[in-house]
Amino acid sequence: MWSFVLKRLLHMIPLLLGVSLLTFLLMSLAPGDFYTALSQNPQISPETIAHLKAQFHLNQPWYVQYFYWFKSILHGDFGYSMAYKIPATSLIFQRLWNTFLLSFFALIIAWGIAIPLGVWAAVRKDSWVDRGCSLFAFVGLSVPDVLLSLLALWFAASTGWFPVGGAESPLHDLMSPLQQFWDYTHHLILPAIVLAAADMAGIMRQMRSNLLDTLRAEYVTAARARGLGEGWVIYKHALRNAINPLLTIFGYSLAALLSGAFIVENIMAWPGLGRLTMEAFFAKDSYLVVDCVVMATALLVIGNFIADILLAWSDPRIRLK
Amino acid sequence: MAGGMILIFLYFVALFAGFVAPYSYDRLDTNYSFHPPLLPRLQGPHLVVPRYEQGGGVFSYHIVENDSKPLQFFVHGDKYKLFGLIPATIHLFGTGDNDYPVYLLGADQFGRDVFSRLLYGSQISLSIGIVGIVLSFAFGMIIGGISGYFIGATDTVIMRLCELIMSIPALYLIISLRAAFPADMSSAKVYAMIIIILSFIGWASMARVIRGMTLSLREQQFILAARALGQSHMKIIVRHILPNTFSYVIVAATLSVPYYILGEVVLSYLGVGIQEPSASWGLMLNAAQNTEYLRNYPWLLAPGAAIFVTVLAFNFLGDGLRDAADTKSL
Repeated sequence: MWSFVLKRLLHMIPLLLGVSLLTFLLMSLAPGDFYTALSQNPQISPETIAHLKAQFHLNQPWYVQYFYWFKSILHGDFGYSMAYKIPATSLIFQRLWNTFLLSFFALIIAWGIAIPLGVWAAVRKDSWVDRGCSLFAFVGLSVPDVLLSLLALWFAASTGWFPVGGAESPLHDLMSPLQQFWDYTHHLILPAIVLAAADMAGIMRQMRSNLLDTLRAEYVTAARARGLGEGWVIYKHALRNAINPLLTIFGYSLAALLSGAFIVENIMAWPGLGRLTMEAFFAKDSYLVVDCVVMATALLVIGNFIADILLAWSDPRIRLK
Repeated sequence: MAGGMILIFLYFVALFAGFVAPYSYDRLDTNYSFHPPLLPRLQGPHLVVPRYEQGGGVFSYHIVENDSKPLQFFVHGDKYKLFGLIPATIHLFGTGDNDYPVYLLGADQFGRDVFSRLLYGSQISLSIGIVGIVLSFAFGMIIGGISGYFIGATDTVIMRLCELIMSIPALYLIISLRAAFPADMSSAKVYAMIIIILSFIGWASMARVIRGMTLSLREQQFILAARALGQSHMKIIVRHILPNTFSYVIVAATLSVPYYILGEVVLSYLGVGIQEPSASWGLMLNAAQNTEYLRNYPWLLAPGAAIFVTVLAFNFLGDGLRDAADTKSL
């Protein structure tokens, strides 16, 4: 088990290196940089700009920039955001935390609803419950995140039950810690539901078909023949085996979740990594964009790593590969 | 098959967008900003278009009673080019009078007809899906075929590259790729750029699956026979191996088209794709981002409904094809 974990961990290093190199290369292809707009300003002398550029190594070729960037990453320093004028490290981790919370709650909502629904649909196969769930899943798979987020915004704006975008209300800093917590949660609920809704349909369909497959297995017939109650057969024997393959979906659904979060954050103004990426992109704050992409990839890779460990833990056959 | 029918209808309308749309995509009339959607009424044997008048607040409209104009078919209107080539002025329907606009889905903030823009937008949004899928799947199949056929070092390099591309969350990669292009480009260049970006991401997953299929196909007798006959490697891959993967590829392609359409929608929505005054579904949704607009003029969400119907139709068709082809690996 430990060698498996170690092998997977070591596998992550070249991957993240490759991702940062690729993003760096792409950003270097971009025409102009953060100081191109500033150099149009007659009040700032060209010497100042040249000096600032040199400070961020922007006057050097991209591989030299990459070397400097990589060196500071090894010291746990994500550099300095040219647009925000603060160290990028605190900025990134604050936004990363927001994205993590958003995705985490969406994950809990999605799995918490999809698994019971899938089981229910499978147990009552071909009933109206099953048909309703299938229809719901089909519609859910086809609703784009963009539309769902806009509908949620519309809902929030016309009912006033939820705040329209953001993570904090204007008076956030004046509130007591408990009120601050509630304020944050209140802002989080709607984006998390939107993100979860997009993920739910796929998990539910998978759960239903897995359980149906398992219920056809011979050991289920054997359990029934021994006279066990139907509830015991389903929940004690079939369900435990049917949930196993879903762990594979877990890793896969993380990728969709992170891309979904990117859209939801940008439409619903949730201050997460996706929104920061767009802000940095528009400001041509190239180091910050690279930081964001690398962090998002790291989040995904770590998520997949956890999924793999869960899978290896639950299914000993996988460890041998 | 219902999905297929809907898609044929959508693509057919997109092809004749200039003719079906009552107005041009960039015709603006600021007297009618946020004009509400209207349905022609039945008056006697004729369909008539009522007149709306502003009053009682900004952009709030009410119908003027007993003031209407009959809806005409094959009426002269804005100039357009059918299939982008033939100049024409005949539109399927209209009133021929600018004071009686036929805004079936209302108007946007500049008084442009949402329905007409929806149709023009479908030309961009729907075609990007097809062109993108053809490009990236063709590329993915050949690369995957090469990777699986030659194995060894070639295979390792290609597969690591695929893993690299697939491990970056799609939208983050799309934005980094977008950064490599200039910010303002002509519409045609933006269109090509979006296809290049989406294809760059799309080929990797295809290549991986095709590689897996090729690995098992290359051991088969008929490949051995082709090799014994002295056929070249490329010919074996393209003529003998890849055709065996077609049933999988067609199903996967149908189910992947929505991702390409949504890719364009997201890019244009974020303001880094198709630019005004051109119309695309994502760009039109951008107007709905303003919550004030959204609350008062919900018809701005119409492109969202169009996206939903298109994606639903592709999913229906894909599911149907999958059942027909019976590819268990999906």
